[in-house]
Amino acid sequence: MGTLSERILGGSAGDFVDRKVDRAYVHDGTGVLTLMALREMGAHVVTPARFHVIFDHIVPANTSLTADLQSELRTFAQEQGMCFSDVGNGICHQLMGEGEVLPGEVVAGADSHTCTLGAFGAFATGMGATDLAGIWASGATWFRVPETIAIRLHGELTGAAEPKDVALQYVSLLGMEGATYRAIEFIGTGAATIPMHGRLTLCNMAVESGAKTGMFFADAVTTAYLRGFGKFADMQETEPCTYEREISIDLGAVRPLVAVPPRVDTVKNAAALAGTAIDQVFVGTCTNGRFEDLARFAHIVKGKQVKVRTIVVPASRTVLERLEREGHLGTIIRSGCVIGPAGCGPCLGAHMGVIGKGEVCLSTANRNFSNRMGVGGAIYLSSVATAAVSALNGEITEPEADDVR
Amino acid sequence: MYAEGKAVCIGSDIDTDLIIAGRYLRTKDRSLWAEHVFEDLDPALRKRLNGAVIVAGKNMGCGSSREQAVIALKEAGVKAVIAPSFARIFFRNAINIGLPVLEAEVACDEGMIVQFDIDAGWVESHGVRFAIRPLSPRMRSILHAGGLVPYWRARQ
Repeated sequence: MGTLSERILGGSAGDFVDRKVDRAYVHDGTGVLTLMALREMGAHVVTPARFHVIFDHIVPANTSLTADLQSELRTFAQEQGMCFSDVGNGICHQLMGEGEVLPGEVVAGADSHTCTLGAFGAFATGMGATDLAGIWASGATWFRVPETIAIRLHGELTGAAEPKDVALQYVSLLGMEGATYRAIEFIGTGAATIPMHGRLTLCNMAVESGAKTGMFFADAVTTAYLRGFGKFADMQETEPCTYEREISIDLGAVRPLVAVPPRVDTVKNAAALAGTAIDQVFVGTCTNGRFEDLARFAHIVKGKQVKVRTIVVPASRTVLERLEREGHLGTIIRSGCVIGPAGCGPCLGAHMGVIGKGEVCLSTANRNFSNRMGVGGAIYLSSVATAAVSALNGEITEPEADDVR
Repeated sequence: MYAEGKAVCIGSDIDTDLIIAGRYLRTKDRSLWAEHVFEDLDPALRKRLNGAVIVAGKNMGCGSSREQAVIALKEAGVKAVIAPSFARIFFRNAINIGLPVLEAEVACDEGMIVQFDIDAGWVESHGVRFAIRPLSPRMRSILHAGGLVPYWRARQ
């Protein structure tokens, strides 16, 4: 009996528990510090096959210094026999979601968006580099079992609305710290209608409301998705439990939304921002760089030309290959977009799509903090459909049902 | 664990991008992070951090998990961070790096003397004492050791 977090972590909300970590991962940004901490601890990697080192943040390397740091971490990971993924294979959260993480597992990642993987009914949460060094050295860590906020979904999405719009809606309802220290569970009849890629989007943004993780119960959608990667998993049954709080969202009433800089919880209808000038559109990231996202983008821009510079970055090589196989990649290229190598792209403002002072980017990512994508630049956040029609018009535009049909 | 310092007041929802920008992350040089700490929030802040106690608003350290943010503060000489609430990854990182984090609601006057005692569980300014939300015994042990690395080494 209990919330998913209580059942997986084995305790009641508020308890401190020590727990074996089933999967742990770092990326090129945090892994260097993890390695430094491990060496300073004088410790060794205990179970390398459970630990992933995934290069996604600045890929391929942009400077000699980055290249040197990546080289050191790459050599270490390979020598230790850890699961290593080199530049161009994709974003850590996406790769861990391509058949690696299974329902009921405990997952720790040295990246705040590790909560994405709660979409599989796993307890997945972000930590810092030194915590990950402790996990490399012991295979376990401590957790405080979180209280849980339930988000009950009703009905089905209609028109041009996407799971991303639902994500922006719940983050605006909870606020930037409304779920701090808590887990979020997405429940209700509407949850079953959300496909796997949309569940990943919803869980991805849990941390934007401060949450430790966002979770869906593993159901027929989950198990069918995992079977596609050759993995078999059991569904999770709901049990009576105590939620700290419950909020309700009617999926049928969700409209295309946009988060206004510099706060992710300042959300307006896309229609209310129509005509806002933009300099760049960025489509991709661990929020919206999956196959279904980029295929939807291709569908909208097919046979047309974007009016502003538009950067499209697939979340993984698997996504890129499928886009190519199904003809979407050519469509996106011919519409005038720039295709970046699979990875985080310009989301964190470190390379490849940084915006200038006074410039405005409309992005499908999850963060619009001041200066994040470039000093003096502003970031609006939206769904893929809103990004696509806005790229075609050169200004923020609300997508219509006909655009996505 | 008693200490004191001069208050530096900052706002609410200060994200880790504002503490240390993404463009400075790719290095092992901890002093570089201290050099650029708060650069995108207020470049003048850095000079006031040595020996300071940061008194922040709610949701301190939200956003990216980058541990460089707490390292930058510690390297710049910050003695502790006080806020009514912290983003949980920042909170864990601070403990792991050995930077005291105190959850309490304290009205901030720039430069006021702030005293605190992690073990006794209080923070005091202008003669008024506030209770802090207690840390777990393990968190206190890690802080006493100076962070997770020395804590680990001492137990091997």
